[in-house]
Amino acid sequence: MLQEIKHRLWQRMIVHIEPVLLSALALLMCISLLVIYSASGGNWDRVFGQGVNILVALVALWVAANLPLHYLMRIAVPIYIGGMLMLIGVAFFGEINNGARRWLNLGIVTIQPSEIMKIAVPLMMAWYFEKHEATLKLRNYLVATVLLLMPVLLILRQPDLGTAILIAASGFFVLFLAGLSWRIIIALGVAALASAPVLWSMLHNYQRQRILMLFDPEQDALGKGYHTIQATIAVGSGGILGKGYLNGTQSHLDFLPERTTDFIFAVYSEEFGLLGNLILLGLYLFVIARGFMITANASTYFTRLMAGSITLTFFTYAFVNMGMVSGILPVVGVPLPLVSYGGTSMVTLLLGFGMLMSIETHKKLVQT
Amino acid sequence: MFGVGLVLVMFSLLLIRFVYLQIIKHSHYETLAENNRISIVPIVPSRGVIVDRNGEILARNYSGYTLEITPSKVPDIEALISELSLLVDITAKDRKRFKKLLAESRNFESLPIRNRLSDEEVARFAAQRYRFKGVDIKARLFREYPHRELTSHFIGYIGRINEQDMSLLEANEDATNYLGSDYIGKIGIEQSYEKILHGTTGIQRVEVDSAGREVRTISSTAPVSGNGLTLTLDVKLQAVTEQAFGNYRGAMVAIDPSNGEILAFVSKPGYDPNLFIDGIDEQSWDELSNSPDVPLNNRALRGQYPPGSTIKPFMALAGLTLGKRNASYTIKDPGYFSLPNTSHRYRDWKLDGHGSVDLFKSVVVSCDTYYYGLANELGIDNIYNFMSQFGFGKKTGIDLEGEVSGLLPSSEWKQRRHKQIWYPGDTISVGIGQGYNLVTPLQLAAATATLANNGIAHRPHLVKKIQPVPNALSNTLPNTLPEAQPAPENTPISPPASSPKINLDTEHIALVKRAMVAVTKPGGTAAGAGWGVPYVMAGKTGTAQVINIKQGEKYDEKKIDERHRDHAWFIAFAPVEQPKIALVVLVENGGHGSSTAAPIARKVLDYFMLGKIPKPLPIIKEAENATGD
Repeated sequence: MLQEIKHRLWQRMIVHIEPVLLSALALLMCISLLVIYSASGGNWDRVFGQGVNILVALVALWVAANLPLHYLMRIAVPIYIGGMLMLIGVAFFGEINNGARRWLNLGIVTIQPSEIMKIAVPLMMAWYFEKHEATLKLRNYLVATVLLLMPVLLILRQPDLGTAILIAASGFFVLFLAGLSWRIIIALGVAALASAPVLWSMLHNYQRQRILMLFDPEQDALGKGYHTIQATIAVGSGGILGKGYLNGTQSHLDFLPERTTDFIFAVYSEEFGLLGNLILLGLYLFVIARGFMITANASTYFTRLMAGSITLTFFTYAFVNMGMVSGILPVVGVPLPLVSYGGTSMVTLLLGFGMLMSIETHKKLVQT
Repeated sequence: MFGVGLVLVMFSLLLIRFVYLQIIKHSHYETLAENNRISIVPIVPSRGVIVDRNGEILARNYSGYTLEITPSKVPDIEALISELSLLVDITAKDRKRFKKLLAESRNFESLPIRNRLSDEEVARFAAQRYRFKGVDIKARLFREYPHRELTSHFIGYIGRINEQDMSLLEANEDATNYLGSDYIGKIGIEQSYEKILHGTTGIQRVEVDSAGREVRTISSTAPVSGNGLTLTLDVKLQAVTEQAFGNYRGAMVAIDPSNGEILAFVSKPGYDPNLFIDGIDEQSWDELSNSPDVPLNNRALRGQYPPGSTIKPFMALAGLTLGKRNASYTIKDPGYFSLPNTSHRYRDWKLDGHGSVDLFKSVVVSCDTYYYGLANELGIDNIYNFMSQFGFGKKTGIDLEGEVSGLLPSSEWKQRRHKQIWYPGDTISVGIGQGYNLVTPLQLAAATATLANNGIAHRPHLVKKIQPVPNALSNTLPNTLPEAQPAPENTPISPPASSPKINLDTEHIALVKRAMVAVTKPGGTAAGAGWGVPYVMAGKTGTAQVINIKQGEKYDEKKIDERHRDHAWFIAFAPVEQPKIALVVLVENGGHGSSTAAPIARKVLDYFMLGKIPKPLPIIKEAENATGD
């Protein structure tokens, strides 16, 4: 009897967990712990810290996976409005750290509202499109775009280019998946190019430097271009098979910046080489493919938009990070998803994957 | 399905980038990573120590701390120095010296603002060092010349490597051996024996982190310390000479006639070579370079003076050897000489003449008239050919750089130099060492040594042997020791090639030497200096005119400004039977050789021959005329 109860409880516990996706995520998180150990120079504190981050994020995943879909629909608007209020709060009362105003002190905890918006923005847009699914007009897309741009511009002002790009991407994916026509996307692209000078003027000096550096990192080899050059050297010197675990000279001799966070891919790539990169790309592709399958199978318009946006945002993380470390994209503060050290991004990402699982498993429940 | 396409295209882009970096450009980036990782650190060898023939240290190294600034890392040097001066004592002299160094410096090197920091200053700076980017305390070996002025004109000094030195090193492909070296020999033995003294720079390959901190040593080649030098010179003899000169300016060179070893090499005044090592400050430089005594001028090596009457023994030998004179040939000296059919009188220093004069007496009393006639009979080109055998008009080949060759005139020279033919009248004054004749004290000393050695010349030299430093002394890593240096103990400097013996008749030499001994005896021009000498010394006085005296005018020392007085010469060797020392004393504006130069020579010889510490010499009446030469 007890056995039976235990078994059923366990069943209840894992019924909304998608095992295939979770296995791929788990593999990525194992890689994270492995590489952080090397990148931190054998610092167990750092490894344990990431372990805790992973555990917390897994709890978030479990919670999100168990949230029923209608509940997600219901919280979309409050979360978005709350997030926007906090972003405005940051703009006025935010704490300044490293020259950027990103944090809001709520008395008990200090939080980074822009992280909440990574989930809240696609959620809100998907909710909006769901509401107007039957009568979608150009006007609806414009409203959705405004819903997207408001937080993006606020975050850009903080300044936090990396997060702004990720949120803009996630919102764009919702617009795209909602059936925005090609002509309009192209028109938007042209508009974006036309507004580039305006955006450029909004960028902070260090952000401009980073973009300029992309085109010619050597011009300031010891200054702004240093990170890119050293990361490229690390990746290139890794070769096909890599220098071996714990043997990366670029990372262990301190030439690489932010080794456990934004530039962890350089450490990984130096030690595991092209072969390691293929494995990592393969894992990411697997996760993305699984996300696309869930998107394709999604039962409602809202969930399809959410699932597609979460999957493509995850892809954006991976592409932008690996692109910047290997020197084909400017250095923006985007971590390598599930591998870089950091609790916030880990929680946000796994929240997203929890929603994906919820979309997949609750659909089954609905069907059966 | 656009999403799938986007993902695949973008990931393919990444893959292409990875293949490009990790396969196509792999070796390029591997090299870059290696260069990042490995830093080549030169280990500067310690410079060879220089000692005199008795082992007295003349140039040595000591370790100390300097405060150094790397200008390329400092935006505002003036402000930085002001800040630093609150911690360590930085004088106006230091600042000026630094400015001079800065102007001459190579890129990216660090320059000393202060040397010889006290322990307290080192501690004070160390506590505040985080405030000073581009400033470092460095432990270094310093060069020191303990005898200062006494050795300045032959030891020379080292100084910081400047652009000019660098391009010279590069031309000689020595630049890699000077990685990390800050100093190079600039003058004197420090310069001419640079290769031996410097040693071989060691190389350490270290793994460094991005801040340039050493993580571990990968391999290292130990430096090989520079070889030491043992000089031929006796610094005590040098000191005795300096003391004997008193306040006079001048030069003295003493040579062992049997082998060319230089026993003393004095140029007065000297200077403190220690001032030059890290760049001399402006004030000291002005003092040295503007002094009327020109202390930076190496008189022994580069001073050119008419030899005056010191040429007479050589002229006498020329007359004997070339058959124009013999021992018994006698002239009547009326006090002057005139060429046939001319009225111009070449005057003897003694107005009424020396009476009947043979060769012996001509040397002893320094009769001018005798040599006017002899020179006229020999002719300038015979004089030139004979004298050049003694090294006049040529560099001696001493192991110092910057030697000048003096001037031994010939008709060919006058044609070349002045586009004029040689007149017979030009020859007359050459006979008594005036006219176009110019010699350096070193040259005259070498010629005197050759005469003392019966015509066998040895190249004068300052270094007796090279003293290899045992490798154990240099800090080495045992398993990476280089091949044992083939360093034979006490390598003697390659024995200087001696010129072929000058073809001289033994009788002739003996006669001239006898006359030179008589110079120092009562009746001779140096009787005062030779009084009571317990060994047998030979000598000859001389006077080099500084200003011309018109026909019919008498030279009156007292009427003439001190700086225009004649230079006094004395050449000597002793003991006559088996000469151990030959020397030249030149006293600038010393008047007559007999009164200033000869007494100095006597003190030097007394010390050398008897180990006597000099004391005032007794003054007795000189031969015939106290002002006689």
